[in-house]
Amino acid sequence: MIVKLTNNQIAWRAAQDIHDGAYVNLGIGFPEKVAQYQPPGREAIFHTENGILNFGEPPPKGEEDWDLINAGKKAVTLKPGAAFFHHADSFAMVRGGHLDVAILGAYEVAENGDLANWSTGPKGVPAVGGAMDLVHGARRVAVITDHVTKDGKPKLLRRCTLPLTGVGCVTRVYTSLAVIDIEGGRFVLREKLPVLSLDDLQAVTGAELLVTGTVADLIVPEL
Amino acid sequence: MDKTVADPATAVAGIADGMTVMIGGFGGAGSPIELIHALIDRFRAAGHPKNLTIINNNAGNGHVGLAALIEAGMVKKLICSFPRSAEPVVFTDLYLAAKIELELVPQGTLAERIRAGGAGIPAFYTPTSYGTDLAKGKPVAEFDGQSYVQERWLKADVALVKAQIADTHGNLTYRAAARNFNPLMCMAAAQTIVQATRIVPAGGIDPEIVITPGIFVQKVVAVAHPRQEEDLNRANAVYPGIA
Repeated sequence: MIVKLTNNQIAWRAAQDIHDGAYVNLGIGFPEKVAQYQPPGREAIFHTENGILNFGEPPPKGEEDWDLINAGKKAVTLKPGAAFFHHADSFAMVRGGHLDVAILGAYEVAENGDLANWSTGPKGVPAVGGAMDLVHGARRVAVITDHVTKDGKPKLLRRCTLPLTGVGCVTRVYTSLAVIDIEGGRFVLREKLPVLSLDDLQAVTGAELLVTGTVADLIVPEL
Repeated sequence: MDKTVADPATAVAGIADGMTVMIGGFGGAGSPIELIHALIDRFRAAGHPKNLTIINNNAGNGHVGLAALIEAGMVKKLICSFPRSAEPVVFTDLYLAAKIELELVPQGTLAERIRAGGAGIPAFYTPTSYGTDLAKGKPVAEFDGQSYVQERWLKADVALVKAQIADTHGNLTYRAAARNFNPLMCMAAAQTIVQATRIVPAGGIDPEIVITPGIFVQKVVAVAHPRQEEDLNRANAVYPGIA
């Protein structure tokens, strides 16, 4: 039996680390789920690189305003205190170090903090969007991902094999099996599913997992 | 002073073969569809303009607006950050057949290159793309112990822009997230052509809420009911062919 967190559960775990008042950018696709799991009593402000701060839930079907979209070009709504701005200001927020957290998806993450999440190689049409900007500037760059690929190969590696999005940029990885920090060019294990032994986890990880203190149980609600 | 022109066809009449044209918008939001369609009409009637270099965040969606411009065979090269969409068939087929050139630029770098072009800054350094394939061949320098990539400004012969309200001097406001690249492109083109939902006399926009000052704008044309790319694509529209 495969024991692992669902994408919703990974998103929930990542959301627990977003503090009250944080300015947050969520990558398009899977990372967008993090917004659903903000702990009660905390208010984070979400940034979308196409020019909105403090956007909220999608509108009901049929009530979309197509001038009000997120980076994934999905319709959104505004929350009180929202602001619009042009693209140069938007990426000043990104590159200028004004965002507290960026949460992105990944094809591969390396123990030195390198991230590959924009290209699977020379085939097809290349597209980068804002990913290369987002990995530089946010105070904390976190990745949420399955621990292994669909074929069961490790996504956490000594070095990335795919084209890089950024060098040495990732500080924390939330996977379907564990929470891992990147410190001093090493993967440092912070939390793991209680049913897994350290050896089990190491067997599906492409670089050595360092244990420097207590490894907490990764416990999340059913979602 | 009155920068108003009669209609979209008149507004785009001066765009010539081989020009570099910035087109505002992020996906459909802020995309000046009627100006793009006027350009396609001219090409179909006169065979010009062609061999255009287009600067936009995306590569169009479906068969309207920018996608229709590409489909008409008017575009030689595209400079953009994200040439994928829900329905990116037009660009994808041409690109995979090596019939269109692509310069892929990270989105923030694209925005800053355009801003720099408009601000008279020929080059700047950014951490974005350092150590990646998109930095290949570009100068790298260290500042305060960190490595940065040198990027060049981007300028254009023409910018096509969508605004909400324009006055006769070319002062502009935008609507919601339709602002995106539009104000930057207004600054970076030799000639900026704006379609606005409403044109008011000078003094009709409170100076406190002007987003693009008129100095960056050369022509304004009223398009009272602009189409939205998403609505057209939901109706499977193809241009030409929509009423």
